[in-house]
Amino acid sequence: MTGPTPNGAQALWQTLAAHGVGTVFGYPGGAIMPVYDALTLFPDIRHILARHEQGAIHAAEGWAKATGDLGVCLATSGPGATNLVTGLADAMMDSVPLLAITGNVARHLMGTDAFQEADITGITLPITKHNYVVQDAAELPRIVAEAIRIARSGRPGPVLVDIPKDVQLAAFSGEVHGPHAPPEAPAPLPEALEAAAALLREARKPVLMVGGGAQGAAAEVTAFARAWRLPTITTLMGLGAFPASDPLWLGMPGMHGSVAANRAISEADVLVGIGLRFDDRVTGRVKDFASHASIIHIDLDAAEISKIVRAHVPVRADAGQAARLLTERAQPLSHPEWTAALAEWRTRGEHPSHWGAAQAVRQVVSRLGPDDILSTDVGQHQMLAAQLARFQKPRRWLTSGGLGTMGFGFPAAIGAALAEPGVTSMVIAGDGGFQMTAQELATLTKYGIRNVKICVVNNSYLGMVRQWQELFHGRRYSEVYLGDSNPDFLKLADAYGISGWRADNSADLEGALDAWLAHDGSALLEVVVPNEHGVFPMVPAGAALSEMIETEPVPGGPA
Amino acid sequence: MTADQQAAPQDHLVSALVRDEPRVLTRITSLFGRRAYNIRSLSVGSTEQPGVSRMTFVVTGDRAIVEQAMKQLEKLHDVLHVIDHSLEKFVDRELVLVKVAITPESRVEVRQIAEDFRARIVDVGRRALTFEVTGDEGKVTAFIEQMRPFGILETMRTGRVALTRGSNADIPGHVYHGEKRALGPLLASAAED
Ligand SMILES: Cc1ncc(C[n+]2csc(CCOP(=O)(O)OP(=O)(O)O)c2C)c(N)n1
Repeated sequence: MTGPTPNGAQALWQTLAAHGVGTVFGYPGGAIMPVYDALTLFPDIRHILARHEQGAIHAAEGWAKATGDLGVCLATSGPGATNLVTGLADAMMDSVPLLAITGNVARHLMGTDAFQEADITGITLPITKHNYVVQDAAELPRIVAEAIRIARSGRPGPVLVDIPKDVQLAAFSGEVHGPHAPPEAPAPLPEALEAAAALLREARKPVLMVGGGAQGAAAEVTAFARAWRLPTITTLMGLGAFPASDPLWLGMPGMHGSVAANRAISEADVLVGIGLRFDDRVTGRVKDFASHASIIHIDLDAAEISKIVRAHVPVRADAGQAARLLTERAQPLSHPEWTAALAEWRTRGEHPSHWGAAQAVRQVVSRLGPDDILSTDVGQHQMLAAQLARFQKPRRWLTSGGLGTMGFGFPAAIGAALAEPGVTSMVIAGDGGFQMTAQELATLTKYGIRNVKICVVNNSYLGMVRQWQELFHGRRYSEVYLGDSNPDFLKLADAYGISGWRADNSADLEGALDAWLAHDGSALLEVVVPNEHGVFPMVPAGAALSEMIETEPVPGGPA
Repeated sequence: MTADQQAAPQDHLVSALVRDEPRVLTRITSLFGRRAYNIRSLSVGSTEQPGVSRMTFVVTGDRAIVEQAMKQLEKLHDVLHVIDHSLEKFVDRELVLVKVAITPESRVEVRQIAEDFRARIVDVGRRALTFEVTGDEGKVTAFIEQMRPFGILETMRTGRVALTRGSNADIPGHVYHGEKRALGPLLASAAED
């Protein structure tokens, strides 16, 4: 005997291999042990053992966001599976193609409250694109192939496949399936494209808004914007889908968007949205969003069109295809007054250059090369990075946009680092969020991952919550102080064998940045910043974009 | 939003052809619940095709809400096809069982009303009669209202079921092979305006 007889678990790995899956992130346990046992027969598949299932799934997300390709993660039943929940919800919100495989108790135990049983398909029903319980080993290859196709096709998303332990162990003698050809996106209606082109030709104050759904169509979208000379805004999820160096770029819209982007939306007469879903952090008060504009909404997901903002011209289409067809109809626009107004707004809302989180983030992101990946956690540092980084390419920016998941940034950077070992995978995290998944320092060490550069911006607070308490809760700082109990981040890194640097002023930061980036291997940089800085511009929640606060109010100034 | 979309909530009759798989009902009701769409009635049954079930919903809301509910439904892998019955002529029926209290004095009158409605007596008790009525929603409601003064002990309505009129099937053939109908470039109703 050379090995165990073929079983469901082996069929799973064969199917994954047939789909080109080479790396999976996971954590074992009783109910998934046959799958881990079968893994030993597949030396070409790399399994990355995280320190927490949340770390595994965010790493799979980072892999998927950086490559545009499927991320795969694995967990056992019960607590292992429920630890995936946050990542699944995150992937659902941000349309990340993801396959999560969970073990479950044997079929005859399902529904009996057996040890480590959880109804994970029930739990994840609203936060997956689809999910399955495999009832028969013979069905495994078909189901996994179908799950992968669903995760990847149309608007991508997470799919969960739950496999009872006895199904993993059941004898398997069938065929495995390679990838199905993905269904083709429906061609946009010619009438809709004509209507869009006609609106654009008439526009006096046009603006193009590009979302995360266009990350895979950056070239086409950029050509479209340039051919029509459309001033272009990239949403938080769309950063990099249009090059920041282009003079047409206006920055990011929304709550912490640029003055230029938000003014442009408020004044525009035609707004083209492509691959975006008009999130409330983008629109501000919806009734006043782009209230002078005719809206052209291009999206593959019909349900996003007119969900929040009524589209005057709905175009259901793949972003790249629609952009290409609209480029063919292009007539370069020339609106000197509009251009002049935008140029004036562009100079507004700049961050002060004195020492603080904004200055620190500016210095850090200025070190990114065009191919480097920047991932962030959630909070002030995230919004500062989104405002200050200048992305020239798509898929270089990984952030939890829809769910706003603290703990996302660091493991996502690990996933991206493994996907692209040749580039720097930088993460900027807050002192709060970093501690939610800091245990993944072990993953760096275990696999000798050398290209993750962690920057912890330490303001001793849950900064973003503190900012809201300052602005909207009369400075009552309730349960947001971390400074009395934060670890020594350098010692923490050191405990895992990771080198670290620290800086608390602009000049020292330059030196620390040199050393941190030059270090041959993953490394941590702690940047200590003043505690009470805010992120501006800011549109207060529920306000209109035109009601934005452009710069940080002067402390002690008029209330 | 146009005035028409802000109009008072209305009932909309929508059918969905779905795969007959575990959890389909949960998946659909969870979608409705999560997005706060109000389902007034829901009927589910098998179709002439093995593996395909048909659901008919009555969704309450303005047009924009119903349109959104349909688009969200269409996205589900298990949903093969969605039909908005307001776009074509349709027949719809509902079945109700009504248990009406009777006295020696009221017995004859109750039976007479039931006959007018072509209600069938399906159970006879000493102090109550149970009727079965089939018809469109208006007829069923009218019957219940007529019986109310006598004392209704219990009712059970099935919820509406509907089919498009005419000789064409509602459903494109390939749906019955378990294939999802590719969504059109855009749902027709969304393109108006
Ligand atoms: C898992 C999770 N819990 C809570 C929150 C709410 N939240 C949003 S920002 C924030 C503060 C983040 O603080 P820190 O990580 O130190 O970053 P900073 O804002 O200071 O840059 C919190 C608690 C969240 N987004 N995610």
